[in-house]
Amino acid sequence: MSMTATPPQESFRVDMLWNDARYRSTFIQTIALMLVMLAVAWLASNAVRNLEALGKDFNFSFLWQPASYDINQRLIEYDSRDSNARAALLGILNTLLVAAMGIVTATVIGVVAGVLRLSKNWIVSRLMAVYVEAFRNVPLLIWILMIAAAVNETLPAPSAFRGVETGAFVATNRGLYVPAPIFGEGSTPIVAIFLASLAGLFLLRRWAAKRQAETGEQFPVFWAGLALLVAPATLAFLALGRPIDLELPELAGFNFRGGFFLRDSLVAMWLALSLYTGAFIAETVRAGILAVSHGQSEAAYALGLRPNRAMSLVVLPQALRVIVPPLISQYLNLTKNSSLAIAVGYMDATGTLGGITLNQTGREMECILLLMAFYLTVSLLISGVMNWYNTRVKLVER
Amino acid sequence: MTPTIIAGAVASAVALAASGAAAATLDDVKSRGNLQCGVSSGVAGFSYTEADGSWAGFDVAVCRAVAAAIFGDAQAAQFTPTTGKTRFTALASGEIDMLARNTTWTFSRDVDLKFEFVGVNYYDGQGFMVPKALGVTSALELDGATVCIQTGTTTELNLADYFRANNMSYDPVPIETNAEAQQKYLANACDVYTTDASGLAATRSTFEAPTDHIILPEIISKEPLGPLVRHGDPEWGDIVRWTFNAMVIAEELGVTSANVAELAAGPTDNPEVNRLLGTEGEYGAMLGLEKDWAVKVISQVGNYGEVFDRYIGESTPVGLARGLNALYTKGGILYAAPFR
Repeated sequence: MSMTATPPQESFRVDMLWNDARYRSTFIQTIALMLVMLAVAWLASNAVRNLEALGKDFNFSFLWQPASYDINQRLIEYDSRDSNARAALLGILNTLLVAAMGIVTATVIGVVAGVLRLSKNWIVSRLMAVYVEAFRNVPLLIWILMIAAAVNETLPAPSAFRGVETGAFVATNRGLYVPAPIFGEGSTPIVAIFLASLAGLFLLRRWAAKRQAETGEQFPVFWAGLALLVAPATLAFLALGRPIDLELPELAGFNFRGGFFLRDSLVAMWLALSLYTGAFIAETVRAGILAVSHGQSEAAYALGLRPNRAMSLVVLPQALRVIVPPLISQYLNLTKNSSLAIAVGYMDATGTLGGITLNQTGREMECILLLMAFYLTVSLLISGVMNWYNTRVKLVER
Repeated sequence: MTPTIIAGAVASAVALAASGAAAATLDDVKSRGNLQCGVSSGVAGFSYTEADGSWAGFDVAVCRAVAAAIFGDAQAAQFTPTTGKTRFTALASGEIDMLARNTTWTFSRDVDLKFEFVGVNYYDGQGFMVPKALGVTSALELDGATVCIQTGTTTELNLADYFRANNMSYDPVPIETNAEAQQKYLANACDVYTTDASGLAATRSTFEAPTDHIILPEIISKEPLGPLVRHGDPEWGDIVRWTFNAMVIAEELGVTSANVAELAAGPTDNPEVNRLLGTEGEYGAMLGLEKDWAVKVISQVGNYGEVFDRYIGESTPVGLARGLNALYTKGGILYAAPFR
């Protein structure tokens, strides 16, 4: 008596789509995808329909019309007859300027504050804790407004300097003036010599590192490098009859002229962004350092390294692996937060393209889409560069 | 949980779709029970909040008049403060039914931005205010000055044109609201504040020492300021236009908030007064309003002259003379189409 149990030929039934584990996840994902696509299509058609109801079309020709407004901080030539596209470009450059300045100072502040917060000196570590908590827990906009108000209300107006001898640096309530170099006739060789010294410094460092690895002997790179950087350029400067001059700010009419002008809005944005993001970076750095096992620094001390060198040679390089990924987010935050600039009248991309141009042409849809595309591009570029850096510093795993 | 979220999303999507450009604004306003009106975020005399939080002012009065015409109640208006930047989006998106916010009537706003200006309630021009201590007596001496300016306004464009035409340079400081501009100007962070001359007078009137500041003689532009509505609903535009015209005509005809009840009691000898006050003809019904809509407007808000004197006239701190804004019969250019 044999029983040949043939497995029942299972035919596909509809309810297997949600009852059978083989099909369920694909089915649910397909439905979700369709819903998302429907939502996107609905949003797009809604936008098209409403634009139609308002009698507006969707085109970018306004970009080539004259902008007709002036911009205070111009990194490239611009006047009110230039196109809206050029005005947007000026705004973009201003955004990039304040973001770049902010990223550099925020990193310096953040690393210093993060390291000092772990200091054994009670006062220093407490002070850093106060800084971090104060800046992390108050909205950025308030810091921006406060710094701008401090500049506007406490520093003297330019007219207060009338008849007063001013030095190279002038601080007024409209901004700070610093001397600017003027490159006169025959200054090209000096610049070339300086650049050559920089290259020399780079080679010197490599040579010194190689020598130390081979022989264990140290070379005073700092002093030699400083001499290499300063001496040839200075000699050439004197030999060529001092062709590079400094342009000092001078009161002319309503305002100072000459020198570099850091306007109040730029100072407020720069300081606020640096201090605010610096507080976050400090916490990231602290977390990174604490993530390095204590045995590492003890081992470094046992080898006779002084605390400074233990930190810079042993702890920080390992901490970087933990620090860099969250640091990328902080750089992105800083860049995007710079769009608060209009609060103090700093003409960034949001202020020109997303502000005056949008308002004067009434092209909300187009301007906002362009603005989103710009911030997206910049953010992706920053994360791209930082991810590349991250792959270089991360622990090599085999 | 998921069905709730989906239901919520669908509901909000439907609401979003419904808030698109609706044609019958009057029906929407009536069913909502109040008028949504955009005003400026605060200019002395033109739109400001009283101690009890209610809105008042020369621009606000236009909204109150429209509310009175529709509901017979000048208080049936809700106000949304807007900046120079946000005002057009608020109107275009349907967040507000009308905008009465010292807005200049220009070609591109009328044609390209798809709005409809219903009239001019204040004929103005752009001026400059400077501290007396600066010693400047003419706008042509302002080469190199730092100028505070409200962003998103026509003044921004006029300023660029004026300085360009006169071959002068300046440093613009763009600012969002009148209050911020005032703070910057008083801190001396800018040498000059420029906006419509009426706005300058209004702002100066709120200073601690108004006499320390002068308004320069140059008026560099035409700024016809008026209420506006969206394109696409001419009936709604008519209501706002004729409410405003009724206030001007009432001044012409000598109908004031004091005597309107008496004049509206029965037909008078003047047929135009009768038509205006609804004792003759069916003019209210043609607009879709009550017969006595203009009576409500004039009794609750007043005629144009009364409103002008109450908020910005010479007896107020703002102290503006009628000037161009006097009736055409009194040397001004205020001229409403006949009510017939």
